[in-house]
Amino acid sequence: MNDLLSPAELDALRLSLEVAGRAVAFSLPVAIGIAWILTRVRFPGRSVLDAFVHLPLVLPPVAVGYVLLVLFGINGAFGGWLHDRLGIQLAFTTGGAALATAVMSFPLMVRAIRIALENVDLGLEAAARTLGAGPWDRFFTITLPLMLPGVLAGAVTAFAAGLGEFGAVITFAANVPGVTRTLPLALYTAIQSPGGDPVAFRLAVLSLILGLLGLLAAELLARYVRRLLGR
Amino acid sequence: MLRVSTLKKRDGFTLKAEFEVPTPGVVALFGRSGCGKTTLVNLISGLLAPDEGRIQLNDTVLTDTRAGMSVPVEQRRIGYVFQDARLFPHFTVLGNLRYGLKRSRRRGVGRVGPLGGAAPAAGARAGAAAGTAAAGGTADPPAIEFDEVVELLGLGSLLDRRPYQLSGGERQRVGLGRALLSQPRLLLLDEPLASLDMARREEVLPYLEALRDHLAMPMVYVSHQFDEVLQLATHVVLMEAGRVVTHGTLNEVSVRPELRAIVGPDAVGSVLDGIVTRTDPAQGMADLRLGHGTLFVSLQNVAVGARVRVQLLARDIILATQKPQGLSVRNELQGVIAELAPDDHDGVLVKVDIGGEVVLSRVTQDAATALNFQPGTRVWALVKAVSTRGHTFRVATGT
Repeated sequence: MNDLLSPAELDALRLSLEVAGRAVAFSLPVAIGIAWILTRVRFPGRSVLDAFVHLPLVLPPVAVGYVLLVLFGINGAFGGWLHDRLGIQLAFTTGGAALATAVMSFPLMVRAIRIALENVDLGLEAAARTLGAGPWDRFFTITLPLMLPGVLAGAVTAFAAGLGEFGAVITFAANVPGVTRTLPLALYTAIQSPGGDPVAFRLAVLSLILGLLGLLAAELLARYVRRLLGR
Repeated sequence: MLRVSTLKKRDGFTLKAEFEVPTPGVVALFGRSGCGKTTLVNLISGLLAPDEGRIQLNDTVLTDTRAGMSVPVEQRRIGYVFQDARLFPHFTVLGNLRYGLKRSRRRGVGRVGPLGGAAPAAGARAGAAAGTAAAGGTADPPAIEFDEVVELLGLGSLLDRRPYQLSGGERQRVGLGRALLSQPRLLLLDEPLASLDMARREEVLPYLEALRDHLAMPMVYVSHQFDEVLQLATHVVLMEAGRVVTHGTLNEVSVRPELRAIVGPDAVGSVLDGIVTRTDPAQGMADLRLGHGTLFVSLQNVAVGARVRVQLLARDIILATQKPQGLSVRNELQGVIAELAPDDHDGVLVKVDIGGEVVLSRVTQDAATALNFQPGTRVWALVKAVSTRGHTFRVATGT
């Protein structure tokens, strides 16, 4: 590997994977919860929540990054509190890049999980109830396993999209080598640098390979889960 | 005892049901499709909440809207066998069977007796359950063991399979086993045979009979097929358009006019329970003691002493005012006309008391007039032995 990629390129690759991974890990439980609420709970303001969840899809990523900066920057409403009380700084850190990526890919994830949840047969949950399973028990033994294909599809899509997240990351977490300079940011930097074309080309190819591997992994995973569910 | 008094309005449909039936026993909820049978079992299970009413199973009040209480479905211990089985696709048969079993153990219900030893023999169980019921009725039935259910329902070879690898009949048997192993106090069966073809139904029915006879499990059986009711039920709750029109033992309900309105004139007939007094395996026939008389019926594979139910279709019964001679008819039941009820435009339904039991006969208006049938007229009810073929059923020894 070390012969193929320069240390900076390796850093970018590692960061991209880390940022996308952390973004998915952080947002997946939240996305499942939000999808469940949007699908199963009838309450006033449901469409407002629905619209809010989908906002990152229609906002310019830079705007999302800016909003995050306002909220989670060191002087921001939450950011200040996090920094003073817990010593956590998000802006201009890898964690911040992951947060920005998570927010951007959140609607994709919720959408996939919602569709999966809508396809879960309520009759099976009713059957589980008659067999003595309480709400959480039903969720973890029936609902979640049955929506797993959708959850995994959502996670993989969000991960793949997260590898390429640019606008929100660069706005909120900036372009710090080894900290927040993920593949797309490194690619952008290379293009901006004089004589950076060969590096840019290599990074573009790397992104392509990564994308292909991601799609392939998604397909294999889907196949495995389908077999697990016995279909 | 299962006591239901409930009102539910839903999408322009109103269900109003009031009845009480003893337990253990098999209660058939019988009526045409769409009359509210499934709604009623859903109310009993708790999957639906009534607008008003009270449902009580033995000493446990399951729902009482006036008191504002309702036991959650998952705590009711009411097994439910769905028409479409509803097996969990991501579990094997074994996983499905264990689902309810594990949860019942976690709650500590249905523990094995003091020694925790091997399950008692199937035959002993019916007696034991009847014993505890007689003693006070609060005691739970003994634990239903995994091995016992697997054997009773013939599931041994299916345990490693996935639901999609099962036939319709196998699916229903697994659904039945899964519900049983959750250690229910009552088992609801919502047309478990409706999605099966004839051959598959014949495959599952004996298992249902085995449950009734060996586990003494109280059951509510939903059906719109009267032959299933005949084969399984001890009591019938007759429903029409969201109302309970009549209820009682199968024998009682079989001679009520409300049943005729649902099954049609040709399926009307009294249902009688008798004891086998003599068998003739070579001919596939047997003698049944019924009331004061004996009935020679088509019946195979029974032993002397077995309880057998026979349905005598009203249209098959001939009435004679004198003891006939030189007829091929093998059965002459002597009795007295109890009641004459108009049936079809040209027919009369005659109720004949044959010594405590009632036989129904449909005769033409002409015949009734010519023979001067009146309440109190002595008659002989003639039953062709061959007409009982397919209308005789073995029933539980204990219930």
